[in-house]
Amino acid sequence: MEEIYKELVNIVGQSYVSNHAEERFIYSRDMGTMEPSYPDFVVMPNSTEEVQKIILLANKMEIPIVPMGGGLTLSGICRPLKGGIVLDMKRMNRIIEVNETSSYVLVEAGASQGMLQAYLKKHYPGLKHSMPDAPPIATIAGNVLIHGSGHLSAAGGFHSEMLNGLEAVLPTGDVVRVGSCSTSPYWFSRSPLPDLSGLFLGWMGTTGVVTKLAIKLFPNLPFNDVRIFLTDEPELIPDILHRLARVQVAEDIVAAMAPRPDWLRGLQMLIINYGAESEKELTLKREMLRESVRKYIDEKVGGFMPIPPDMKRSFLEVPQSSISRFADLKKGGGFEYVGAIMPIELFPDAYRNGIDIAESHGMTYSLGARIIGLGHSMMFFFAYPFNRADAEDVNNAQKALEDTNEMVLEIGGIPWKAEAPAQKQIIRKMCPNTFALMNRLRAVLDPKGIMNPGNWEVD
Amino acid sequence: MYKLQYDPEICAKCRTFDCFVRCQYMDLDLEEARQEIHHLLRGEDSRVLNECATCYACEEYCPHGNHPFYQIVDRQEQLKIRPVPIPLTTQQVKMMAPRRQIVPLTVQAPVINMCYFPMLLGCVRGKLFEGASVIVGSDVFCNIMWLHFAKSSVIRERLPQVIQNIENYYLKESGVDELICFHDECYGTYAHLAPSFSIEVPFKPIHLFEYLTKKLTQLRSEIRPINKTVAYQRPCSNRLIPETQHWVDEIFGLVGVDRVEREHDRENALCCGMTIRAMQRDDLADDIQKRNLDDMESVGAEYCVFNCPACFFAMKEVVAKRGMTPILMSELCQMALGE
Repeated sequence: MEEIYKELVNIVGQSYVSNHAEERFIYSRDMGTMEPSYPDFVVMPNSTEEVQKIILLANKMEIPIVPMGGGLTLSGICRPLKGGIVLDMKRMNRIIEVNETSSYVLVEAGASQGMLQAYLKKHYPGLKHSMPDAPPIATIAGNVLIHGSGHLSAAGGFHSEMLNGLEAVLPTGDVVRVGSCSTSPYWFSRSPLPDLSGLFLGWMGTTGVVTKLAIKLFPNLPFNDVRIFLTDEPELIPDILHRLARVQVAEDIVAAMAPRPDWLRGLQMLIINYGAESEKELTLKREMLRESVRKYIDEKVGGFMPIPPDMKRSFLEVPQSSISRFADLKKGGGFEYVGAIMPIELFPDAYRNGIDIAESHGMTYSLGARIIGLGHSMMFFFAYPFNRADAEDVNNAQKALEDTNEMVLEIGGIPWKAEAPAQKQIIRKMCPNTFALMNRLRAVLDPKGIMNPGNWEVD
Repeated sequence: MYKLQYDPEICAKCRTFDCFVRCQYMDLDLEEARQEIHHLLRGEDSRVLNECATCYACEEYCPHGNHPFYQIVDRQEQLKIRPVPIPLTTQQVKMMAPRRQIVPLTVQAPVINMCYFPMLLGCVRGKLFEGASVIVGSDVFCNIMWLHFAKSSVIRERLPQVIQNIENYYLKESGVDELICFHDECYGTYAHLAPSFSIEVPFKPIHLFEYLTKKLTQLRSEIRPINKTVAYQRPCSNRLIPETQHWVDEIFGLVGVDRVEREHDRENALCCGMTIRAMQRDDLADDIQKRNLDDMESVGAEYCVFNCPACFFAMKEVVAKRGMTPILMSELCQMALGE
C-alpha cells in the first residue's frame, strides 16, 4: 500500500492524495442509507493524463478505482465497495469551450452545475443548460452519466440525451473519444457514428472514467412564467400530463405531492415552467397550456392556481432550494429517495403505492415526478428524509426504500441510479441475456475488474 | 340558521334590474336582466350563476339593499355551480381553516385587525399606529373570501366562531369594544355581511380609512404634502360598504395627492383579476387589468393606491411595469408623515 501511495503522490502531488482517516471517513459514505465502505486512497487528478496514469497504476496493482463527481447520488454509488482508490474529479472543473452558434459546451468531468450556470449567465446570457434539482456542487458529468434530468427535460429529455460526446479513459488506460469529437474538432453530436456513449451511460462508473464531455445548451429566454395545475384525482394525471406536454410549450413539468402542510394532502400539483421571447408569446403559451386541459377545467376537476408574482419567483428558481429544505426536514443529515423511471400511465399506481409504503414504515415523504420529453416517460421520486443519528429512523428509511424499489419494478418501472442492493433487484428482473451482454462488455473493457467493483453484479 | 335577509318580492317587483344591467362583466340588456332575475327567483340555473365574476358590485348597485350578490352565491352553492375548480376550492378552504391555536391576549386600543395577512404586519408602525395592539391569524380570518368560491356555507360555519374568538380572546377581557379593520373585507364582513345573515357582532368595527383620517387630522402639522397624482384601486369588498368611500377622498386631501377622475373608479371600479384567474378566465383578467391600467395611465397617475392586500399582490408588478408606483394606503399616509 505504501508503494501505491508513493506512486499516486508522484502522479498528482502530495496535496492531492490522502490515505488519512479523515478523508477516508468522508469518502466512505454519502447522505443516503447505505452502510459506509472505506477507500484506501482518495486522489484528485488535474488532467486526463493524470487520470490515465492512475488507472494504469490501478490496473498494474489490481486495485479498485471508483470515479466520483459531486458524490451526491444519495444511493452510495461512489462508496468503494471493495476499497481501493476514490478518484475525486473536482479539480478537473474547466469549462473548455462554448459554441454559441451550435449551442453546446465542452467541460471537464469535474465542472459543477453551479459553475456552468454562473459562467453562462456571465458570458453567454442567451444560453442555459438543464440543471437538476441538486445542490449546485453536483457535477455535470455525474448527472449525465446516471441519466439525470432537470429543468429542461420536458424540452430536451434526459440529460444523457443532451450529451454530444465524451472523452474517457478506459480501465486499460486507453483514452477514447466518442461522438463527433472522435472524428471532427467539433463536439456537435453523437450522430452519425456508431453510438458508443452507451458504454458509459448508466454503468455506475464500471466501464471507465469520463474526463470530458460536451452537452447541449438551450435558449435562456427573457420572459419566463410558471403555472400550477391542481387536481385531487391521481387517475387523471397521466392524461393531463400527456395533454400538457404535447403542446410543446413547457421546458419543465414537475408533479409534487406531500402530506404537509395539511392543506396539500391529497392534492397533486403539476408545476409547469415555460419561457418566451416576448410577453405576447408568453401569453400565447399560457393559453395553449390552458386549452390543452380545457376538458378538465370545464369539468371543474382541476385548474390552474392563481399565483401572485412574489410566489412565482420561488417556483422559477433553478435549482429549487425547497428540495434542500425538505431534505433537511428531520435534521441529522439523512436523505435518500427512489427515483424511478417509468411511463406516465403508471402515475396513479406509483402515487398510491408510494403513500402506502411511506405510511407503513412511519416515514414522512415527498412524492413527485419530473416529466421527460413530451410525456415520453417520467422520473417518479419517492423521497424520505431521515435522521442519520437515529438508528431506527435510518432502518425505517432503508426498508421503505427497499420496498419502494420492489414496488417500482413490480408495476413496470425501473429504479434510477440504484443502490447496490437495488441493482441486484433490477438484475433479478432483467432479461438474462441482457445482463450476460453487460458482463461480456465489462469483461472486454475491464479485464481485471478494477472499475467500481460491487456494482451491476450478482452475489 | 343564519338565513340571508333577502326578499324575493323586492326583486320580483323591480323594474330597473340595476344589479345585472350595470354589471361590468356581463353585457345584459333590460329584458335579459329581467329573465335572469326570474331564473334566480325560481332557483334555476342561469347565465349569471355561471358567468358571475364575483366582484360584489351588484350588492352596491341594488337600489333596495336586497343583497342580490349574496343571493347569487347562495344559489350557486345550492345548484353546485362552481366558479372555481373543485380542487382549488378544496385547497383554499383547507389552507384558510382556523388552526385553533389562538390564546388569550390582553390588548389595548387601538386594536388593529390584520385578518390573515401576517406578511403585512410591518405596515403597522410609526406615528399612525403608536400604542396599537395587533391581532392576526387564521383564527381571526374574516372568511368573506368564500363568496368568490360559492361557499357561503363556509362563512356561515366559520364566521360566528371568528367573531367569538375576537371578542373572547382579545377584546372583552381587555375592555376594548372597537376593532380597527385594516382590510375592507373585514370591515365589510362585520358591518355588512354579518348583519345580512343575522350574525351578531358584539364589537364595533371601524374602517381603517376612518382611523387614518382621524390620526392624520391629529398629526396634520407634521404632514408634508406628497404632491402626486394617484389612481385608487377600489377593492371588491368595498362594494359592501360604499359609505366608507368618502374617507378615501379625505385621506387623499390630507396627504396632498390628487385622485384624478378616471373611467374605472368609484362605482365603475374594475376587479384586480385575482379571483377571475382562479375561475380560469385569464383572458378576461388580462383584459380587465389592461383596461384598468390604460385608464390609470391615460390620466397621468403616478401612484396606484391599494387598500386590499390581494389587489396589491395581484397588480403591483403590472402597475410598476407601467411606470407607476404601487403603494398601500397606510404606506401612503406614512410617507406623508416622512416615515
